[in-house]
Amino acid sequence: MSDTWQTGPGPRRKRPDHMTIVSGMTGTAPPTAGTVMSATGAGAITARAVIRTAAGPGGTTRLETLLSDPPLTLRRTGPARVHLVGSGAGPLGGDHLTLDVDIAPGTALEIRSVAAMLVLPGPADSTMTVNARVGAGASLRYSPEPTVLAAGCTHRLTVRLSLAADAEVFWREEIIFGRHGERPGRGHSRFDVTVADRPLLRQDLVVGRPSVEGSPAVYGHARCVGSSLVAGPRWSARAVPAIGNDPPTAPVQASGDGWTALPLAGPGVLVSALAPDAVELRARLTRGEEAAERIAAGRIVAW
Amino acid sequence: MRERSAGEAALLLLADSRLPAGGHAHSGGVEEAIRLGTITGRDDLAGFLRGRLATAGLVAAALAAAACELGAALADVEDMEEDVEEEDADDACRLWRRLDAEADARTASPALRETARTQGRLLIRTARRIWPSAMLDTLARAVPDGAHHPVVLGATAAVAGCEPRQAALAAAHGSVAAPATAAVRLLGLDPVAVHGLLAALAPDLDGTAHAACASLGGARSVEWPGLPAHAAPALDLLAEGHRRNPLRLFVS
Repeated sequence: MSDTWQTGPGPRRKRPDHMTIVSGMTGTAPPTAGTVMSATGAGAITARAVIRTAAGPGGTTRLETLLSDPPLTLRRTGPARVHLVGSGAGPLGGDHLTLDVDIAPGTALEIRSVAAMLVLPGPADSTMTVNARVGAGASLRYSPEPTVLAAGCTHRLTVRLSLAADAEVFWREEIIFGRHGERPGRGHSRFDVTVADRPLLRQDLVVGRPSVEGSPAVYGHARCVGSSLVAGPRWSARAVPAIGNDPPTAPVQASGDGWTALPLAGPGVLVSALAPDAVELRARLTRGEEAAERIAAGRIVAW
Repeated sequence: MRERSAGEAALLLLADSRLPAGGHAHSGGVEEAIRLGTITGRDDLAGFLRGRLATAGLVAAALAAAACELGAALADVEDMEEDVEEEDADDACRLWRRLDAEADARTASPALRETARTQGRLLIRTARRIWPSAMLDTLARAVPDGAHHPVVLGATAAVAGCEPRQAALAAAHGSVAAPATAAVRLLGLDPVAVHGLLAALAPDLDGTAHAACASLGGARSVEWPGLPAHAAPALDLLAEGHRRNPLRLFVS
């Protein structure tokens, strides 16, 4: 059985209604990746990229589909790793980008990106939507570079992450409030995570609005916000906290300067961090991610 | 049958800080923010309250509105049927647990989940004595450790005769009134000036209650996943820090 490979931009033509890629189509020109002129503005892009794994022989992971659609360009960079390389700037206002990820049962994949996503203004709002499903016994590590909300942009980021009961995931998001020295554009991210159809985490983050800007309750003086979600059966022992009964010893929470690792009500830990710059944000998230591992190993009494 | 006009007086009772449900013990992150020096006076407090309302306040308002809608629908079923079928009661329990799970998913901080359940437990104990009803009994049975406070507030609002928008308004009001009062006590601020801040937020309270109801779908749980989930990372950090501070005056 051979894999289907589609990397690189491919010819620019209108996308057909059906984009099903049949496994086994190899050795020909990459089909059906294209740019569609949208009604929202001249040159606005609607793009949908697809990553799909399948179980290979001997418990290995096979990339069944790797469909790029500029500016969402995908490259395989390891046995179970894909990089979003991004061809062209953006998204620009009016662009609607979608990434569909389907991790088949028992397979594992890591998704990264080579550079930050700089969101620029345009004639209309831009959107980035990620739909990811992680099957039984599968694992996904998603850690792209930050999203930078350039001044004047209006961007909507939507992530829907659906996990099977025993799937494992690491999912990092970093949002930078504008390029150096500039005011942030407007951003609204929505993150919905379910485990076996039960809600694990739902979170909206709104950036660049007067209601939240500079509020000591929301971001304070931070210029960046980030979160890393780790979820899976390793955290499931703590799914039912002893609510209402004070633990015999004082709870030791994993927190530090500008970061905290929050054990969720369900099987997962959310690391949340605020920082003055992107480098410090990553450092704080990393500390929290290490704490999340200690929580999984039972070395921190979370409550 | 509930009178439409009954909602307004009931709303006043629900939003009154003298309702004996323990609300005065919570600063909503203000105490820790003062300890860390991020709130030093009236201007910082204004920004804190504005951001709190737009995040935790909106989420609480949406959950309260959804709970009010569900509570009213369940109470109507109980009014119509003398003997509530066991199956209906099971369904009702399941619905309350699902709404409570939506509140859990919107509260990443364990400290804040604990606070929400503690306050919910106190409120339902009080509410069941003031407004005895099968619906509140069902909620207490469905989530014995205490449902999240906004869920209990919405259910109580329903049994008191409030509309979902009024339940949302009570939740939004509580999300800023309690922290404002705490700041007066902790920083020795002029209480009149701080009430001026709350007065300035009044249009935003109405707007929040309106926004909270925008995504309701008529007591249909299918709409709950889409309810607002506005996070406030600083409030999460403050809540976790507060819990580790042995010298705290307020519970949260």
